[in-house]
Amino acid sequence: MNKPLRRIAIFCGLLVMALLVRTNWLQFVQADELKTDPDNRRVSIARYAQPRGNIIVDGKSVTGSAATDGTDFKYKRTYKDGEMWAPVTGYASQAFGANQLEKLYDPILTGDDDRLFFNRTIDMVTGKPQKGGNVVTTLSAKAQKAAYDGLGDKKGAVAAIDPSTGAILALANKPSYDASAFAGNGDKDSKAWSALQKKNNEDDPMLNRALRQTYPPGSTFKVVTAAAGLESGDYDVDSKTDSPDPYTLPNTSKDLGNEGNIPQCKDASVRVALQWSCNTVFAKMSDELGNDEMIKTAEKFGFEKDVEGGTLDPDLDTPVRPAKSIYPKDTRPQNAQAGIGQASNRATPLQMAMVASAVANDGKLMKPYMVDKLVAPNLNTVEQTKPEELSQPVSAENAQKLQSAMETVVEKGTGTAGRIPNVTVGGKTGTAQHGENNKDNPYAWFISYAKTSDGSPVAVAVVVESSDTLRNDIAGGKLAAPIAKDVMEAVLDEKR
Amino acid sequence: MSNLTTTTGSNTTVSSGGLPSRRNTELAMLVFAVLIPVFAYANVGLAINDKLPSGMLGYGFGMVLLAGVGHLVVRRYAPYADPLLLPLATLLNGLGLVLIWRLDQSERLHQRAENLFGSFTPDAPKQLLYSAIGLALFVAILLFLKDHRVLQRYTYISMAVGLVLLVLPVFFKPVNGARIWVSIGPINLQPGEFVKIIIAIFFAGYLMVKRDALALASRRFMGLYLPRGRDLGPILVIWGLSLMILVFETDLGTSLLFFGLFVIMLYVATERTSWIVFGLLLSAGGASLVATFEPHVQDRVQAWLHPFSQEVIQTTGSDQIAQALWAFGSGGVLGTGWGQGNSDLIGFAANSDFILATVGEEMGLTGMMAVLLLYGLIVERGVRTALAARDPFGKLLAVGLSGAFGLQVFVVAGGVMGLIPLTGMTMPFLASGGSSVIANWALVGILLRISDTARRPAPAPAPSPDAEMTQVVRP
Repeated sequence: MNKPLRRIAIFCGLLVMALLVRTNWLQFVQADELKTDPDNRRVSIARYAQPRGNIIVDGKSVTGSAATDGTDFKYKRTYKDGEMWAPVTGYASQAFGANQLEKLYDPILTGDDDRLFFNRTIDMVTGKPQKGGNVVTTLSAKAQKAAYDGLGDKKGAVAAIDPSTGAILALANKPSYDASAFAGNGDKDSKAWSALQKKNNEDDPMLNRALRQTYPPGSTFKVVTAAAGLESGDYDVDSKTDSPDPYTLPNTSKDLGNEGNIPQCKDASVRVALQWSCNTVFAKMSDELGNDEMIKTAEKFGFEKDVEGGTLDPDLDTPVRPAKSIYPKDTRPQNAQAGIGQASNRATPLQMAMVASAVANDGKLMKPYMVDKLVAPNLNTVEQTKPEELSQPVSAENAQKLQSAMETVVEKGTGTAGRIPNVTVGGKTGTAQHGENNKDNPYAWFISYAKTSDGSPVAVAVVVESSDTLRNDIAGGKLAAPIAKDVMEAVLDEKR
Repeated sequence: MSNLTTTTGSNTTVSSGGLPSRRNTELAMLVFAVLIPVFAYANVGLAINDKLPSGMLGYGFGMVLLAGVGHLVVRRYAPYADPLLLPLATLLNGLGLVLIWRLDQSERLHQRAENLFGSFTPDAPKQLLYSAIGLALFVAILLFLKDHRVLQRYTYISMAVGLVLLVLPVFFKPVNGARIWVSIGPINLQPGEFVKIIIAIFFAGYLMVKRDALALASRRFMGLYLPRGRDLGPILVIWGLSLMILVFETDLGTSLLFFGLFVIMLYVATERTSWIVFGLLLSAGGASLVATFEPHVQDRVQAWLHPFSQEVIQTTGSDQIAQALWAFGSGGVLGTGWGQGNSDLIGFAANSDFILATVGEEMGLTGMMAVLLLYGLIVERGVRTALAARDPFGKLLAVGLSGAFGLQVFVVAGGVMGLIPLTGMTMPFLASGGSSVIANWALVGILLRISDTARRPAPAPAPSPDAEMTQVVRP
């Protein structure tokens, strides 16, 4: 019987071998994957095992941590002025995970980042609990407050950028949410969370409009069209454009007119056309430049040609990626309409702020960013963001021509509501139709920048989604420009 | 001993006569088998409460007592027995106690017990008691079972008792989906654990008598000798029984163990590979047959195939497999260290069926490999005992017991690690549960008795045992 016995011995050996192989597979090959699986509760337990590092605005943290009991999570995230800062911070919830800065910098905030290894080791040796680092943002508390308060109870978003660096100064949404309400993992948190979801709340308060919602840009897009026109060399800021009023869209018999009867629009120069927001001039210009030329200029300003490969824009790592603003390939009549921001082209508020900032920065478009630096718990800088040039959509000369035209808009055109005494302000209003047969309330837009003797410290884009005001009254100038003005003033005040 | 390791006779039980008893080796190994769990115990206390556990002295003393009594009894009553089995069993039992005590400290499990039953009762003290009872049974076996061949007389009684024990759980209400428990007053028994020993006795006795008939071949087919049609009877009966266990008790583990045990022993008894082929075909056929209509089995298979799928977790009502896999993965190569893991997230059965997940998380890949090798060693020492045994009954019984032990380890560990569907059995010696630890001590006792008989210088004289000890320990 010894032969089968030896075989049984081998068989049992194989069984044990199979188990050994499996445990190696689980604990060596797959270990990291299992360990960092977001469904693995240990991930959240570790994340909330110590007070989380903070997100800093103007030297003060807009986040905090509170000790909790009764669960295996020791701490829970808290937010100061949560609704105001939500577009920047995102949320970190024990039950619902994290997003935006809270998610992207989770390793820094928890202290697990490899770059904090030295700190961790010191803490371990000295027996101190692990500490998280901080994320220092570029935002301006005053500008943010001006933007958030300015929106009042209107739906909309504001994005403000420092044109010379690309640093984001304000990023506000209305409606918004307070992430403190669902930071824990209790029943209350679940209720608060579900009440904020789009399916339960048609206002979709968790949508980050400033970064992730694209709108038809309306007349604010005329700045881009004007830039393309000037760059082509076929147009100059003060020479006549030979434009009819109304303008018949190419390949159609459809007439495109202007908002109301504006006699100045006929044969207007670029400056006058911007001043009175002439659809006819810019539709014609867009058509004459052609779809390819328009796409080229739009892309230099940060737009994308197509929406394939995800809805988020990988080129604009702020580091929270905004939705792709698009200027797609289209037919001639559509391209003509796109020149006045009323076709298939769409833009996020951040994108339109970038347009204003490129013009204000003498044609140089800086890459927008909202994190200035990451600091270790001992306040050493772990990573510093350096301003980066993204592109040069217009030459300095043409940018200055555009500036003077945009300044005319604010001085004596549609954007007078954006005027600030003793400060040079350039801007462009917009009123974008939307909905079937334009029956929904239009979007009111305003993009602008302010200039001081040493360049422009702020460019801003405001969009107000809806309002009960009569639709005739809804023009970017009336609804959006005052908010932009407040934001610019807040930044200017800080600089003084 | 170094001069002895050069000869094959020194480290194997396959030899006859004139061998050292190796009781001192066993004693030296036992020192480690006691020290390692005591250190582990201290480690858990330091990790969880920052101080040595208050039960340190009592636990250490208990371990020393357990090992000491075991060793003395073996030295006195089974002096030629295998030197590794007792230390291995002691080490695993000791580690098991620490693991259970460690999980007793889990606030999460306290909370869970309070929510479900209103109060929490620690399992470690109970397990210590069961270990003592197990050891008592071990001692009793060595004391009263002077020769394992005596068991051969009880072949058919074993069958009857085995069948009763197998059927008994059907009459009790199922616990967590499987009818594997027998509750008499305050005592809860899992008869399946004892059945594996009793049935192994029956199979050994039965096959020893019938092996010649079963080995007869009718014709050759593809290099295999096919058994005669009428000899298929026994395997079909056993197969039918296993399927019935699966269907009526929804106990995948016992069913598999029971059938696997029979196939292994049949193969050893007849030396016919065809039985293995038949066994595999029958179990595959039976398993797929039952899987078509038995939701319990379907659930287990689904949970195995898609451990992380929310849908499957919803329908099976348990995320244990996912939790166990996360625990293993989070342990990594070196583990979190005793008392610092979160394997208690498994919740139900964290300290019984799923206790390996705690080993995996807190001791890492290193600890898992060590523990699996400990089990492997027990099995291989058991098979060696079978090789060394001089009588067919002893051979069959030894291979049956170690085969059953090996299958059980594979089925449980494989299930917990997601290698095969989970079956609901306990890790021998490690897991919390009285029946398991008691039955496995008995199993080790019988193996020691067989190996003692095998290695004893033949013919065994019967002088006074005291004289024997002083004369034979060091030849």
